[in-house]
Amino acid sequence: MTAAANVSTSSKARLPGLAILLVLASVAVMGVLVLFPLFIVFKEAFAKGLPTYLAAIREPDALAAIRLTLLVAAIAVPLNAVFGVAAAWCIAKFEFRGKSFLLTLIDLPFSISPVVSGLVWVLLFGAQGWFGTWLIEHDVKIIFATTGLVLATILVTFPFVARELIPLMQDQGSDEEAAALTLGAGGFTTFWKITIPNIKWALLYGVLLCNARAMGEFGAVSVVSGHIRGLTTTLPLHVEVLYNDYDFVGAFAAASLLASLGLVTLVLKTALEWRHSGELSASRRH
Amino acid sequence: MSDQILPNPSVGGAVARRRLPRWVEPSILPGFPLAMGITLAYLGLIVILPLTALAIRPLELGLSGIWQALTEDRVAAALKLSFGLSAIAALVNAPLGLLLAWTLTRYEFPGRRILDALVDLPFALPTAVAGIALTTIYAPNGPLGELFAKVGIKTAYSPLGIFIALLFIGLPFVVRAIQPVLQDIDREVEEAAQTLGANSLQRAVFVVLPAIAPSLISGVSLAFARAVGEYGSVVFIAGNMPMKTEIAPLLIVIKLEQYDYAGAAAVGLAMVGISFGALIVINAVQIFLAGRGRR
Repeated sequence: MTAAANVSTSSKARLPGLAILLVLASVAVMGVLVLFPLFIVFKEAFAKGLPTYLAAIREPDALAAIRLTLLVAAIAVPLNAVFGVAAAWCIAKFEFRGKSFLLTLIDLPFSISPVVSGLVWVLLFGAQGWFGTWLIEHDVKIIFATTGLVLATILVTFPFVARELIPLMQDQGSDEEAAALTLGAGGFTTFWKITIPNIKWALLYGVLLCNARAMGEFGAVSVVSGHIRGLTTTLPLHVEVLYNDYDFVGAFAAASLLASLGLVTLVLKTALEWRHSGELSASRRH
Repeated sequence: MSDQILPNPSVGGAVARRRLPRWVEPSILPGFPLAMGITLAYLGLIVILPLTALAIRPLELGLSGIWQALTEDRVAAALKLSFGLSAIAALVNAPLGLLLAWTLTRYEFPGRRILDALVDLPFALPTAVAGIALTTIYAPNGPLGELFAKVGIKTAYSPLGIFIALLFIGLPFVVRAIQPVLQDIDREVEEAAQTLGANSLQRAVFVVLPAIAPSLISGVSLAFARAVGEYGSVVFIAGNMPMKTEIAPLLIVIKLEQYDYAGAAAVGLAMVGISFGALIVINAVQIFLAGRGRR
């Protein structure tokens, strides 16, 4: 054994009490602050038994909310994924003026309040918005309709995929693509056979986080939704409506679905970090 | 003039260099115009156009009107509450985050990796879910709220409740900011300090803390920025009493419901502006600390 290892074991051996104390304190903080709320969600959801729980989830408004949530995510996530790949391609593979400004703009939606991310769409398309009169004349509904929910969700989840891909693709450089092109492969073939396999796990990671946020978003969609039950309430808004109606079992039953989504996301994300750490951005490596 | 900067097209090798605009360096890779076209069009429609509206709409009130809208008692109270509580929660998260990051990187114990993964739970749990769960826990008849109520402390529907929600939402930012730095710290430096007679507390304060200070500050400022805009996890537990427990994002919602678009935009713009100002100050402190560490 090296001297350094001896020193560190002796320092660990000298303070066993403190180590245990710190571990216990950490577990306590996590338990009270983070895990207890998760536990409460499931406890309250099943407070009146499984049949009541199932009935709350099978209620038509709940099913409509689930469908709407899936629809909004199914539009928002692929669009942001395509954007993320395109933006990462420009930024990682090319040198151009204004790159850092572009990066700042891409990160911008992360530093804006979700409520503001909803508000901006109302300023554009609401009844008194810039395009409001035109929309009313042509009978197009954006605010208080699915389109508004999609737009707000897209804005909130805008940077997720791009942010995962850009650092990774910058690390990878463009030697492999250049080699393929030199050997006569076409641009599309090179992208499909070289770039995509290289970034697939990071892309999946970004899509996973983007999807979780898209399905769970509350503030931004709450501003543009209008809370029309069964029509413009996504699952998180459905939770709010039921909670405010004092239907706690219903609210927590819907919330348990969202919490499960969060847990599944967490498990998949952790699995990706453990198994494919080399193929994710440096910051995600454990 | 620019002709001299551009390399000779004939040196492109087997693959011809593609024609790109002047502000892009030549490359043999294809697809720049398409990818940049998609990026700029999408960015313009989704981010720039809406944010332009946010910047311009308040001007309908005129500059004095904006000032009046922001200094109106209820708005000023909400802004003060949001920024004040966010700052306190972010600062309290500093020792909590340090504690968690320290135990997760320095000690080996059963369940460590699970605990590590669970740190991200506040990110993964949708905010509305966290909101109603926290409210249930800290309501006067809730499992923890009852305990606090016995000693006469009101948690839910008070600023303390908002603080707890902001603590919950900000914790992962601090832990995740410090963790990699704590992992990469040169243990030899700590050991050198130990050999020179520093005890463990001295090592923690004089060796480890300066090394992680910049990342700690960035973690705390990320938690702060997130807390200022946070809505879903706070709005249920806040109680939303005007002047007392009404947060700034909620005020935007209320103003929109009254069709006061310009007023709502003014509050939104103020939030964005104050957050940016705070982040710039924090950034400057960070650069100062990093510079001092290098000397």
